[in-house]
Amino acid sequence: MNNAAGEIKCIVIGVSAGGFEALSYLLTQLPADFSLPIAIVQHRIADNECYLAQYLNMDSDIEVRDVVDKEAIHSGVVYIAPPDYHLLIERGDYFSLSRDEKVNYSRPSIDVLFESAADIYQQACLAIILTGKNHDGAIGLAKVVAAGGTAIVQDPTTAKASQMPTAAIRNVPSAVVLTLTEITRYLITLADKQQSFL
Amino acid sequence: MELTEIADVEIDTLLDAIRRRYDYDFSQYARSSLKRRINGLLIKERLDMPYQLIPRILYDEEVFNRFLSELSVTVTEMYRDPEFFLDIVKSIFPVLETYPYFKIWHAGCATGEEAYSLAILLKEAGLLNRAKIYATDYNNKSIDIAKQGIYSAENIELSKSSYLKSGGKHDFSDYYTDHFEAIKFNDELKKSITFAYHNLVKDGVFGEMNLIICRNVFIYFDKELQDYVLNLFNESATSKGFLCLGNKETIRFSMLKDKYNILSESNSIYRKKA
Repeated sequence: MNNAAGEIKCIVIGVSAGGFEALSYLLTQLPADFSLPIAIVQHRIADNECYLAQYLNMDSDIEVRDVVDKEAIHSGVVYIAPPDYHLLIERGDYFSLSRDEKVNYSRPSIDVLFESAADIYQQACLAIILTGKNHDGAIGLAKVVAAGGTAIVQDPTTAKASQMPTAAIRNVPSAVVLTLTEITRYLITLADKQQSFL
Repeated sequence: MELTEIADVEIDTLLDAIRRRYDYDFSQYARSSLKRRINGLLIKERLDMPYQLIPRILYDEEVFNRFLSELSVTVTEMYRDPEFFLDIVKSIFPVLETYPYFKIWHAGCATGEEAYSLAILLKEAGLLNRAKIYATDYNNKSIDIAKQGIYSAENIELSKSSYLKSGGKHDFSDYYTDHFEAIKFNDELKKSITFAYHNLVKDGVFGEMNLIICRNVFIYFDKELQDYVLNLFNESATSKGFLCLGNKETIRFSMLKDKYNILSESNSIYRKKA
């Protein structure tokens, strides 16, 4: 699972149905000093409640919060796309939001985040598709790989909802397929390894 | 030069052509969402690459108009984010009530739904006859729609429910007449709002505003342009004037940070210090 440059600058995660459970498991395992930024699109209903980030933040050592427009991207923070906004990454390591029309019936959409992450971070982008009941993220994941980045998909047989991981693997056959436990372990090892190079 | 850098040169060249030909400057728009919109137009125009748009936009104004529409399309509706409207009724209206006369600027009003939403709430608070409402946008087509005050009735049930959630006291249908599959707002509401062209990127100050509302427009600007426009708002606002941004937009990263008090963090409502 080595990429050409060897260094990951940003992790992007797309997750839908069954996501709260998966994210709870994943994020509670990460240490507070995790050395990479993580941006997450979790499909959610369009209201102004930010409980998802609040709950995840409460249970995790690592900081989890909803993104505010033009917020700078820092290592060791988990950024969640706010409800009813697309989340994009801009050159210069900051986020922007948009209220453009829904993509794959979703706002935020995983494809939107992944495509901009691929564009900005190229081979330094690591994209992960977790459980979900639709096919959002499959196109974005392909763009990440086309730009030289790394693709990981949760093993559909172990995901709470298999459709989204299955669609992602169909569109990106080169994606590495792992269980949630293996993904978690990989992220911790990756962050440790990169930090030791600094 | 890497491919992505070349792609940036391509977009810059397109934007430069548009600026020089039509005097619309998009160079300080947030680049990632701008690229998505340009890609959206490319698909509609059956083109593959942004550079192919250059000759078409230069020589065919209709293509430019479609570009402008693609960029200014906003997802808007009556009482979008009811909790915001509820908040201004509770926290701003009581202050406006103490003024004999006040001015409101709704910048980036798109097709006008939120301007009408606000006018209705002002009317119910007995404040509409004291208010002068300016609602501006940089897309003349949107302004024309807003002036007509005619909207599709397709989402009327959502509008009614959002109206009530926003603190509406009567029946939303009191304010419009039904025309088959459309609704038309009453003349009183239409007369209360002055819809006008204004481009935040290049046009000047709107004087002495007691309340400025600009929601979900900033997200499309880069940080420098946001600062520029916030400064424009600051110069347009009266002392102790109110400024309302979109829920996820903030003045926290700008120079205005210390000049305003936060009235509501979650609804991005600020008040200029005296």
